[in-house]
Amino acid sequence: MSYISGARLVADEQVRIALTKIDGIGPKKAIQVCYRLGISGNIKIKELTKYQIDQIEQMIGQDHVVHWELKRGERADIERLISISCYRGIRHQDGLPLRGQRTHTNARTFRKQIRK
Amino acid sequence: MTRSLKKNPFVANHLLRKINTLNTKAEKEIIVTWSRASTIIPTMIGHTIAIHNGKEHLPIYITDRMVGHKLGEFAPTLNFRGHAKNDNRSRR
Repeated sequence: MSYISGARLVADEQVRIALTKIDGIGPKKAIQVCYRLGISGNIKIKELTKYQIDQIEQMIGQDHVVHWELKRGERADIERLISISCYRGIRHQDGLPLRGQRTHTNARTFRKQIRK
Repeated sequence: MTRSLKKNPFVANHLLRKINTLNTKAEKEIIVTWSRASTIIPTMIGHTIAIHNGKEHLPIYITDRMVGHKLGEFAPTLNFRGHAKNDNRSRR
């Protein structure tokens, strides 16, 4: 079991699949990271050396925004909308959809988020 | 779909003219406008613009963080204050 920037990686998974467990890294970026380090994406995580894992960690730390940093950025964007009190900011406060969807029925996904 | 960069952000001509004249005179006064679709551009910063919401003009002070949004985003057209609580007593 190894950790890369706060995410637990399952040892028995291919590298390009395992990397997508990190928030902010999707399939495309995972392949990109593998390619830039010269690692095949199809290798299992347990077959990597410690040095390679360190390299992956370093690469992700440098070039990609992940986890709490990503979450904080999202939060900051919403705060900005609320602080200038534009339409989208107001809808964020009310917990209603921002992009003109109907609210007579449906709109459950966004309302659920607020109730938590 | 986003607007072509070639065309520059949309601002209604009459609004742009008013702002330019105010900027050259270096004066501040409330600009009344119906043009909710106009984009806020850096020359508008510091002015107070009264934006029509369908009924009246709401004065909005433009700050630098609002640049890139449309004027209409700051003047809500709906005023929803929640549903009226049904009075069971009055029905009886």
